[in-house]
Amino acid sequence: MKHEPDARGHFGPYGGRYVAETLMPALIELEQAYREAVKDPVFNKLFYAILRDYVGRPSPLYLAERLTKAYGGARLYLKREDLNHTGAHKINNTIGQALLARRMGKTRLMAETGAGQHGVATATAAALFGMECEVFMGDEDIRRQAPNVQRMQFLGAKIHPVHSGTATLKDAMSEAMRAWVARVDDTFYVIGSVAGPHPYPSMVRTFQSVIGTETRAQILEKTGRLPDMVIACVGGGSNAAGIFSAFLNETRVRLVGVEAAGFGIRTGKHAASIGAGRIGILHGSKSYLLQDSDGQVQNAHSVSAGLDYPGVGPQHAHWADTARVEYCSITDVEALRAFDELTRLEGILPALESSHALAEAKKRARVLGRKAAIVINLSGRGDKDLDNIVSYKQKHRKH
Amino acid sequence: MNRIIKTFQTLRTQGRKALIGYLTVGDPDLKTSERNIRAALVNGLDILELGVPFSDPTADGPAIQAAGQRALVSGVNLKQILALAARLRRSFKTPMILFSYANPLFRYGYDALCRDAARAGIDGLLVVDLPFEESAELRAPMKRHGLLFIQLIAPTTSPERARRLLAEADGFVYYILVKGVTGKRDRLVADAKKQISQLRTCTDLPIAAGFGISDGAQAREAVRHADAAVVGSALVEAARKGRLAALVRELATAVHGA
Ligand SMILES: Cc1ncc(COP(=O)(O)O)c(C=O)c1O
Repeated sequence: MKHEPDARGHFGPYGGRYVAETLMPALIELEQAYREAVKDPVFNKLFYAILRDYVGRPSPLYLAERLTKAYGGARLYLKREDLNHTGAHKINNTIGQALLARRMGKTRLMAETGAGQHGVATATAAALFGMECEVFMGDEDIRRQAPNVQRMQFLGAKIHPVHSGTATLKDAMSEAMRAWVARVDDTFYVIGSVAGPHPYPSMVRTFQSVIGTETRAQILEKTGRLPDMVIACVGGGSNAAGIFSAFLNETRVRLVGVEAAGFGIRTGKHAASIGAGRIGILHGSKSYLLQDSDGQVQNAHSVSAGLDYPGVGPQHAHWADTARVEYCSITDVEALRAFDELTRLEGILPALESSHALAEAKKRARVLGRKAAIVINLSGRGDKDLDNIVSYKQKHRKH
Repeated sequence: MNRIIKTFQTLRTQGRKALIGYLTVGDPDLKTSERNIRAALVNGLDILELGVPFSDPTADGPAIQAAGQRALVSGVNLKQILALAARLRRSFKTPMILFSYANPLFRYGYDALCRDAARAGIDGLLVVDLPFEESAELRAPMKRHGLLFIQLIAPTTSPERARRLLAEADGFVYYILVKGVTGKRDRLVADAKKQISQLRTCTDLPIAAGFGISDGAQAREAVRHADAAVVGSALVEAARKGRLAALVRELATAVHGA
């Protein structure tokens, strides 16, 4: 099976470039620069050196024995992206894009952010390379991810609060695209997931594929064989695409993407674009999208800001159609329970996003049985979520 | 012959320039919006752009974003917009262009959309986030139904790219004057003249210039170089303030007197 897009960035019927003409030349230039960079040994050497010495890679693959015992089935291995500098997988991608920006002679970075992890990771890369940085973030996310807002400010980034729509990730991305149109000459738009117009979905996957490459080597070293299943949460889908990338052609390795079911799919308040959306066009690509019958984009809901997005990366849409990846969803309540369990049993505070993957692993572990091995991508740490979890629990205890 | 082509031919033989006006349909509700559009048409628009509201208008500034939001709150949809176009067509011969983001059209179905739009008397489509490379899927049914695909060209578009895109274009070229989203600007860009004359070397089609034009003086300046001036945000704001007819008259006098 082929996992690269066609020349115009299509994965089957998905992907492509749905942007205003003003941005087309910039995207064509970016694609060209990206293609040259990834073929350049000097670029790659620098990228991997920074990942090693600055980000702290490789991140460990950890056998969570107490969690395995509690969930009563398959051995559970955690890919510890939470231990990366800045606390999530997002930094892999922002280092890659910032290096590319520098190579292209751009002096400013801009980014959208939901959970704030991508914003922090972009601001960090900007500080490291001495670039200006602007981050677009919805008001609602500024409220629920306050620690990350402060971190970005300390790092020297300028925060643009976005009030439109639901004031979450979708609106932040719309506003970032508007701002990019106006500053396209000197500004590099660092997209935080495998979403957006071509070449972003394949570029971000490439920068995140280090997760999969390491995981594969680590599990082979520890167990002498490939895992039976790899589970990752899916917002835009970058941590999932990154870890899946090394197993795509291993058809015996089941790949599972976990979307956010929010209050439950049937309530309509969720973020399960693949599970409950229809094909549509938003933010530069064609993919599954939460929308009404008139093609107006609907608001997503998830307790986790990083999954609270009505779309999904186009390659995930294609993997869903071709059944290479199974997609399922986990509710807010299930994710919060998994958060508590990992924290108490292993002393690891997972991000709420990653807690969705853990909750799915709980369901799968028993079914697969003790002989099986599951790798869960622990995409980030939960420190950013603590206030949000406290207030969520208080609010929902009252009801 | 398509009404857009005919309009430009007539204007050209008369040595006149065109005023193209954009209004978001359904802002603030369908009835008020229809009244506003009719007022704009009787006061001197040569071509009308009917804006389809979209939840995530990534190429629009605050004025058109807000207009779209009001329209969506009022519940307007594409079907009602086409019905309104059909009513307008009974009273006016003015060319009408449906101006939209891709998703509402895609959801409606490109085939059904082109059929229904042509029936309603629409003459062309302008889809902001559907660049040439992704347009084949829509252009095929458009062609079958006699609708023109209006090509946007930006200040960032290279002459080679412009030539390639415009080889397939029809009606007129919409030249975006600024690197940025829609919305009023204090002053017209300094090098409009240079940009438009460069574009002339890429195409024989009439050139309409837009983005940022908000009053008679700017419109007159634009049509010194271009064949038409497009005004959007300023009309949307004037409609809010009850001075749409006056602004259209001001713009029409400026453009037609140029
Ligand atoms: C820790 C963490 N995991 C996952 C995500 C979701 O993004 P993606 O699906 O691109 O991995 C985010 C986004 O902010 C995140 O911060």
